[in-house]
Amino acid sequence: MPRKLTNPFATSTMTQPSKAAERRPSQSKGNRLAGFFSSKSKEQQAVQHHQGVSPQMTASPSPLPTISLSAANGGELNTDEMPTTLFEPPSADEARRQERCDSQFGPLLDPSHLYISAHQGKPLEPPVEDEPPYYFVLTTYISYLLLIAFGHARDFFGKRFGDKKHYQSLKVFNGYAPLNDDFDNFYVRRLKLRLDDCFARPTTGVPGRYITLIDRKSDDFNRTFKYTGTYTQTLNVSSYNYLGFAQSEGPCADAVEECARKNGLSYASPRADSGTSELVVEVEREVAQFVGKPAAMVFSMGFVTNAGSFPALVSKGCLIISDELNHASIRIGARLSGAVIRSFSHNNMEDLEKKLREAISQGQPRTHRPWKKILVAVEGLYSMEGTMVDLPGVLALKKKYKFFLYVDEAHSIGALGPRGRGVCDYFGIDPAEIDILMGTLTKSFGANGGYVAAEKHIIDGLKMTNAATLLGESPTPSVLMQILTSLRMITGELVPGQGEERLQRLAFNSRYLRLGLKRLGFITYGHDDSPIISIVLFHPGKMSAFSHEMLKRKISVVVVGYPATPLISSRARFCVSAAHNKQDMDRILAACDEVGYILQLKYSTGIAGGQEPLPEGVTPEMEKEWRKANGLEGVIKPPRWKLEDVVARGAQDAKQQLR
Amino acid sequence: MDLHEVQAHMNEWLQEAAVTFQKVPGSAVLIRYVRSSYQNDPVRSAIELVLVIFFIRYLLAPSYSTSKQNYVKLTEDEIDELVEEWTPEPLVALPTVQEEAEMEKLPVIVGPTGPKSKLANGKTVTNLASYNFYNFNANEQIKEKAIQTLRTYGVGPCGPPQFYGTQDVHMKTEADIASYLGTEGCIVYAHSFSTISSVIPSFCKRGDIIVADRGVNYSIRRGLEISRSNVKWYTHNDMEELEQVLRKVVKEQAGKKLTRRFIVTEALFEMTGDMNNLPKLIELKTKYKFRLMLDETWSFGVLGRTGRGLTEAQNVDPSQVDMIVGSLAGPLCAGGGFCAGAKDVVEHQRVSSTAYTFSAALPAMLAVTASESINLLQSNPEILLQCRENIRLMRAQLDPRSDWVVCTSAPENPIMLLVFKPEVVKARRLSVEDQERLLQESVDETLANGVLTTRLKCMPISQHTSLKDGVYTVNPALKVCITSGLSKKDIEKAGVTIRHAITKVMTRKTNNKLGLPAA
Ligand SMILES: Cc1ncc(COP(=O)(O)O)c(C=O)c1O
Repeated sequence: MPRKLTNPFATSTMTQPSKAAERRPSQSKGNRLAGFFSSKSKEQQAVQHHQGVSPQMTASPSPLPTISLSAANGGELNTDEMPTTLFEPPSADEARRQERCDSQFGPLLDPSHLYISAHQGKPLEPPVEDEPPYYFVLTTYISYLLLIAFGHARDFFGKRFGDKKHYQSLKVFNGYAPLNDDFDNFYVRRLKLRLDDCFARPTTGVPGRYITLIDRKSDDFNRTFKYTGTYTQTLNVSSYNYLGFAQSEGPCADAVEECARKNGLSYASPRADSGTSELVVEVEREVAQFVGKPAAMVFSMGFVTNAGSFPALVSKGCLIISDELNHASIRIGARLSGAVIRSFSHNNMEDLEKKLREAISQGQPRTHRPWKKILVAVEGLYSMEGTMVDLPGVLALKKKYKFFLYVDEAHSIGALGPRGRGVCDYFGIDPAEIDILMGTLTKSFGANGGYVAAEKHIIDGLKMTNAATLLGESPTPSVLMQILTSLRMITGELVPGQGEERLQRLAFNSRYLRLGLKRLGFITYGHDDSPIISIVLFHPGKMSAFSHEMLKRKISVVVVGYPATPLISSRARFCVSAAHNKQDMDRILAACDEVGYILQLKYSTGIAGGQEPLPEGVTPEMEKEWRKANGLEGVIKPPRWKLEDVVARGAQDAKQQLR
Repeated sequence: MDLHEVQAHMNEWLQEAAVTFQKVPGSAVLIRYVRSSYQNDPVRSAIELVLVIFFIRYLLAPSYSTSKQNYVKLTEDEIDELVEEWTPEPLVALPTVQEEAEMEKLPVIVGPTGPKSKLANGKTVTNLASYNFYNFNANEQIKEKAIQTLRTYGVGPCGPPQFYGTQDVHMKTEADIASYLGTEGCIVYAHSFSTISSVIPSFCKRGDIIVADRGVNYSIRRGLEISRSNVKWYTHNDMEELEQVLRKVVKEQAGKKLTRRFIVTEALFEMTGDMNNLPKLIELKTKYKFRLMLDETWSFGVLGRTGRGLTEAQNVDPSQVDMIVGSLAGPLCAGGGFCAGAKDVVEHQRVSSTAYTFSAALPAMLAVTASESINLLQSNPEILLQCRENIRLMRAQLDPRSDWVVCTSAPENPIMLLVFKPEVVKARRLSVEDQERLLQESVDETLANGVLTTRLKCMPISQHTSLKDGVYTVNPALKVCITSGLSKKDIEKAGVTIRHAITKVMTRKTNNKLGLPAA
């Protein structure tokens, strides 16, 4: 069939929409949109993107961001220990290629910058939550009150006298009820809009160590954005690229290319029809082996993995007990299942036990019939908090209360454990103790999709009843190949040693950055080994200020506020990657240090860590005595380390128990 | 302590409190407000005070839980005993023998999917079970573009669209689809099956009214379920009943606060294959002031001169449909889904549609593939004709010629659904399970003769209260998907194979206890 076609690729991709519009001049709306996208400079840039040999480099104005911020210290490392390739490039081409490689995956600066992510025995303690001075909490509430009051006032007048265009969707119009008029919508218009330029920043190229942002500006308070036609390359601590597999070259990309050439781009069918390929069977086998379960199934989206699996597992007469901070996909899945849903407070085992005792002893509401099944749903690593599930605690309860356990390892798979196999690996627990291990392939593997792993009969049962398998599209060949190759690299089957290095770099970077931020005086959330590090900002205004200040320093961060977090604890989140090296971490620390002063973000009181190191010869076990001897009992100094000290001591201290 | 001493203390304390209170910024305003309003209207102040107290009480009140209503108090020992005694059911029921057999038989494709696909058992079969209608999967030019994209963007975008997951290629795909359809905007989701399940609840909330066709697919049902809206049903594709329902809703709601009202239906129905009447829908929707959500998952890239879907096929201005939902994963051989509509419809979803905000963006190479496929459809509408010609040929082999089955799909639908003729069902007293078994046997028989087809898969309709009266028995059907990648001869041959296979199954001794069909 394709023989008959003329070559539609003769024209460049970017000019296509405007061409399409020309053919149908009657459609003015399409035209406008198309025009918007083919504005002159953007078009040229983009054409370069699609056709250039190394588009990323040609497109970005500055190939590598300047590292001036950490010049005091990062620079030293640079001259002493950078791999020699940077200094004796055989040719300009080669140098450019290397540069491009490095912008996706940074070189390791020192073999000591590695750490093994594993639990150190003792029961998992919840991270200490530091509270800021009362003043900040109060002013945060006041800020929100003001925002809400202003918002309502503006709505009140706007609906009556304002520009029709902006308010039409809020009012009854022509007999139609407003399309969106609830509080969520108010929140979006009146609060989120103010920060909108910090969200959905368009990017181009690989979201690796660096990410290239497409610059935009707004002349109407974030209602619309204009593209300036320029690009900014920034250090990327926003993508979930934990193991640095977001790469456009290297073994993964090579394998994906070959696979796409061979198998095309899609199986164009649900799994239950003709979408089951040899490749997907192989991926399922390898995923199962990787997570340590007898069988697994993969899906083309992580969200639907949850949304589809819960209804296949539980139904009416069953109970789902879910951590209060569980992801939206779990909540949607739970709601679709028809089971009763209760939640317990985040990672709180006492509360979970209380809920379990109540549920089992009371039975179903009204009838008091015993529950058919109880399913406890937790996440391995919580994406907003950076906390890990207290798996040993949950399993102890599981023995007693006989519930089924569903662990969503979306963020923890690949990111935790000495072999990168998630929370079980991290805590040294046999995966057989958990009924359902779910995870996504979107994050650590640089692909897309999700998996569910369990006993064979469970997976067989799920295959027959999961809507996403029967009716949803199957994963595409290229995505499958990315999963397969990255998985094999983590296990060491491909390029032995590299997977291990990635895992250990990630663990080191996470601890190093967390320790540094604590020492600088920030309140961080999460467990020490977690690659998700949030620092609290409190004021809504500081969210956009922080994001902008970091962007000025060429670092892209994610800021989140209500409703994704509790009202007062707006935060900035850093997602550390194996693609970063110590120099990148130092750049973040330097930037945070500066911005922390400007925005007054150093709230920490010291109870959560960042203390001065113990003097020579005093081990952590002796700390108590030493404090007693020196009259320092109960004395906690708010940590406000100097940047130089943080950087100088960080690498060695990050490998000790953090304090 | 004497009483007056207490009084003195009290006074002192009150004074102090007053002084501190005055120090608080803004207190003067409050005092002035209370004073003036008290002078004017003491009752009002009293009411306000009551309100404030009520508000505080409300805030402090423990969140109530319905389960407490008939709570039985038990001692710890009793609870322990109950815990000891309780045994849960197994997490997943073991698959039945039939299910296991079916799983065994699931075809496994080796290498690329195409009009002729190689299976794991070494056989090469004619593949009529895939949505690869135009064989874009084998198109070298699309592949080349996708690989170029891979070499620029990697595979996954590693983040949700709101957090640096939006890439320029996504914006371009969105613009391409919008200009192809002729809508103001478009939003691309990472998964087609989840798109409408997420679009519906992002607009329809508790208290809103949705009028839906009873024959809608499972994806839509999921969306309806999550939305918690008030769902009313009308008989599949019955425009008169739809009008009655709409009229009734308008009458019932008269005088009440205006709520959002939607009609949710499909363009080509997944479960029955037939086509909707869009001009009539538009007429009704405008008359009764409902919004229309149209699922074009099975018609986008299929109907119309250039594949723009039902709007093009029935000559309706797409801007009259409020939300058009479609798939990029089927014939376009890319991945993901989209929702096209007016600008605020699209922007609203970017923050409030769960499958968009809480899930990673579509891989860049799939977004580019979608753009390229659309480009191909637009510039080569003849491949649609070619596919339709193949549909016609296949139909000629099956529908009028088979004694057993009829095709319920619209003439232009490449997914041909073949159901048993009513007289066959009646004569043989076939239950739904019988029909499914017979169809599965036909699928197996067809495959044994080198043609891969499949059966219509459907999910049990959930028992949720909101959807209980939306029950719809789906007719078990054989699913034959046509592709333009096969020659006339191949199609005809496959058609004969399918027809003969059905006949063979139906006349098998074991299946033929109840005699021949009446026809
Ligand atoms: C805990 C959890 N589950 C599931 C998902 C959804 O995964 P995906 O992005 O692959 O749809 C996410 C993604 O953010 C997540 O954090």
